[in-house]
Amino acid sequence: MHIFANPARFLSIARPLTPWLGWVGAVLIVAALFAGLFVTPRDYLQGESVRIMYVHVPAAWLGMAGWSGIATASLMQLIWRHPLAAVAARAIAVPGALFAAICLVTGSIWGRPTWGAWWEWDGRLTSMLVLFFLYLAYIALASAGAERGSNDRISAIFGVVGAANIPVIHYSVEWWRTLHQGQSIGLSGSTIDGSILWPLPIATLGFSLLFGAIVLMRMRALLAQAKVVARLKRMTAE
Amino acid sequence: MNHWPFIIAAYAITIIGTLAIAVASYAGMRRAERQADALTRRD
Repeated sequence: MHIFANPARFLSIARPLTPWLGWVGAVLIVAALFAGLFVTPRDYLQGESVRIMYVHVPAAWLGMAGWSGIATASLMQLIWRHPLAAVAARAIAVPGALFAAICLVTGSIWGRPTWGAWWEWDGRLTSMLVLFFLYLAYIALASAGAERGSNDRISAIFGVVGAANIPVIHYSVEWWRTLHQGQSIGLSGSTIDGSILWPLPIATLGFSLLFGAIVLMRMRALLAQAKVVARLKRMTAE
Repeated sequence: MNHWPFIIAAYAITIIGTLAIAVASYAGMRRAERQADALTRRD
């Protein structure tokens, strides 16, 4: 992992990788969403609204995976002071917040025809909303740290501490009696019928690859901005 | 209840949100890398 902490080495890998992740992700997303809309059958209980799962579940996964990425990068920043770790955490924050928001909105849209309510203050929905607010707070902290030009430890500590919410989201359906259904997909299998399930891993993989491309693009932008600022400072000093 | 307006709304929000952040991230990256390259060439 330490060998990737060198920005030059990182860029030599990120430059060719970005378009591959982006385009392969986009193709998988289009194929999975087409299948989810027009190929898979309706669910015998939920009816047609089950199709919302193909956008809602990948968004939920990316919202949680995004914060796990921020926590990992923040930990690396605090322990090893990797120059790229803070950049990676900042690059993940905005797309992570967006997918957490998409998860909340698409879940709400699914809840209206299925539960008869746009919102319920149950464990899963509330902990996901907390995650979204954590993202907003992290973005504000990280932006303030970047403006000060400091190696921002406060946002890194916040990134690590905020990860405590991830297991709460995951186990909320087991810890509390909730309206949200329990875990449908686990290591031992799935309670969802295969005829409905199959586009879901394709959509999740596609969105994950595109998320990776977005994070790489944002990291490249942050590194280029840092390079411009450093060079301008040097030119002013000369 | 007809579920399709809900499905279309959920897909539209996801696709528009994903496209918007992908395009914004690409444009931001291109702009920043162009500025950095221009400064490098000036030296």
